[in-house]
Amino acid sequence: MTRPLPEDPMIRSLIAQAKRAQLTRRTMLAGTGAGATALALAACTTGGSTELNPAEDNSANDPTLNWANWPFYIDEDDEGNYPTLLAFQERTGIEVNYLIDVDDNNSYFAKVRDQLALGQDIGADTVCLTDWMVNRWIQLGYTQELNKANLPNAEANLVEGLRNPQFDPGRVHSLPWQGGFAGICYNTEETTEVRSISDLWRPDLAGRVGVLSEMRDTIGVIMLENGVDISGDFTADEFNAALDIFREQVESGQVRNVRGNAYTEDLVNGDTLAAICWSGDITLLNLEAGYEKWKFLLPEGGATLWNDNFLIPIGSTRKANAEKLIDYYYEPEVAAEVALWVNYITPVNGAKEAALALDPEVAENQLIFPNEETLANARIFRGLTAQEENEYQAAFQAILLGA
Amino acid sequence: MAFTAFAGTATAVAEPAPRRRSPIALLLLLPGIFYLILFFVTPLISLVITSLQAPDPLIFGQYVNAFNWQNYVAVLEQYWPQAIRSAGYAALATLFALLIGFPLAYFIGITLRPFPLLQSLALVLVIAPFFISFLLRTLAWKQIFSVEGPVAGILSSLGALPPGVSITGTTFSVVFGLTYNFIPFMVLPIYATLVSLDLRLLEAGNDLYGSPATTFRTVTLPLSAAGVMSGTLLTFIPAAGDYINASREFLGATDTTMIGNVIEANFLVLQNFPAAAALSLILMAFILVLVAAYVKRSGTEDLL
Repeated sequence: MTRPLPEDPMIRSLIAQAKRAQLTRRTMLAGTGAGATALALAACTTGGSTELNPAEDNSANDPTLNWANWPFYIDEDDEGNYPTLLAFQERTGIEVNYLIDVDDNNSYFAKVRDQLALGQDIGADTVCLTDWMVNRWIQLGYTQELNKANLPNAEANLVEGLRNPQFDPGRVHSLPWQGGFAGICYNTEETTEVRSISDLWRPDLAGRVGVLSEMRDTIGVIMLENGVDISGDFTADEFNAALDIFREQVESGQVRNVRGNAYTEDLVNGDTLAAICWSGDITLLNLEAGYEKWKFLLPEGGATLWNDNFLIPIGSTRKANAEKLIDYYYEPEVAAEVALWVNYITPVNGAKEAALALDPEVAENQLIFPNEETLANARIFRGLTAQEENEYQAAFQAILLGA
Repeated sequence: MAFTAFAGTATAVAEPAPRRRSPIALLLLLPGIFYLILFFVTPLISLVITSLQAPDPLIFGQYVNAFNWQNYVAVLEQYWPQAIRSAGYAALATLFALLIGFPLAYFIGITLRPFPLLQSLALVLVIAPFFISFLLRTLAWKQIFSVEGPVAGILSSLGALPPGVSITGTTFSVVFGLTYNFIPFMVLPIYATLVSLDLRLLEAGNDLYGSPATTFRTVTLPLSAAGVMSGTLLTFIPAAGDYINASREFLGATDTTMIGNVIEANFLVLQNFPAAAALSLILMAFILVLVAAYVKRSGTEDLL
């Protein structure tokens, strides 16, 4: 069928070009194939919603465990080992892979949400997340139910106040790891005492105040200052009243900046003289400074109390191992050892007595072992419904993103 | 000998030899095509699908596939100030980078040409900051600009800055950060064109009674246009989408938010994936249109 091409070079090249441009069936197929592959791959990434079932527990045959946690959140010795964890491994024979994978509730969730939505393993058999994020996981069905029979220490030693949080009554899905306060701190050398949230809006602190980008802590303490109980059924109006105060202080420039963990840098370099901040950080800052340069206190209106909680993701095949680990950390002696190192509040009854034996001075620190009186001044932000969460967070973020 | 200077333009005019269709060439292209499909086309399609999703009517906070093009209108209505601010900041940063980068590239590429050792050294100095993470360098600027840092200290001791007034978290600090971080991307392409500039052309300009300014305008500038072109693009495109410098955790504050920060907040905090995807696509389209117009106007299509 092939005919010789015409002599004329111009026509020859035209024909050659036309031939080149022809879409053969093969390239056509290859093209649609590639397109289809891309589409199929792309479709994988968009979530659907199906009923999730917990993965089958294979702990009996698999003595390992992956635990994802925040940085500087477990006792550590000079060689970088975790003494309490080593003792656990020795006692149970379960090899624990301790992963410092969480440095922000939101970004950790963004990382694992696609696997969770499919009920797959996320590479962690237990992970410690903050109350409101735990609330989200439970609502979405991303957690496994805990087997109380495997958790005798937790049943016996969990402090009364944390047994029935609104997001998980009876602690069916989660158990606290450590907690802390959000309160006020100020630079004792450069400013006078700051006792309440309204003190932060003093003219002499104009432009030198830091606040947290964590909505529940910043708006929480303002609401408490307004006399609203954040653990109760507050209304949208009460939330918005606090939000208006916050917006006004941000827009007037009274608030220097709204930050996450980096707020401590502002305190250190002098950009802020007073701030809404987290209890454990100030202990650490003063340790670094070598003296009590910053003072942390619970504001007169009240402080927020938050907890990070163990939970077992839906796709984990090592639930029994995870429960063993959780229960181990509810032994008072173990809890005391961790609390003395991390400077946060332990949820374990009897840990204070155990800590007294190790270090009497720290055991009296109200920020680590708060007594009833201190705790009476602190409130846990109630769990928000998904709708509230969305609405409040959008309003809060709108201020953070400016206009 | 002087004709060699025109050799470059002569070859560019010649028609490219007709390519032979070869299965080997296609085979060699396969890894590239596969790579593009996997890492460019797929995420892009996923982004388009996400950007059109609608809220799940049954489960709050989840999204279902739909053709909800109103997402685009909604994000533009809500975030147009941040979008305009991004374009403005990126344009300012590009301008400053050009004003600083061109003389620097000229100095390295032409003034230092008789001293190869110094020239290489200067070039290394331009690239050296890349040895340290971009995040760390930006954080360092935050410390330098802080109230107890050297800049505020010197300015307030001169009385130019009232004590306690912030430099961080201002338009200045964000544009400064953008300019600083993207200067090497401006300098290197301009340097690359200037380093191969034939100095005899400048001599010729001089011989023809052209003042240094005229010679610069009629000889140096047109011959380095390609470098300026790629330099401005390499600076503007990443600067417009940057979300580090303007981040509240780095040099920005609540009133310096750029579009990248809005996208980040929508993806991570607000879980509003359709809005974030729509904004990302708008940003992409905006940059694409802008670049196309720029390239067309500059008449330098063949340089890209």
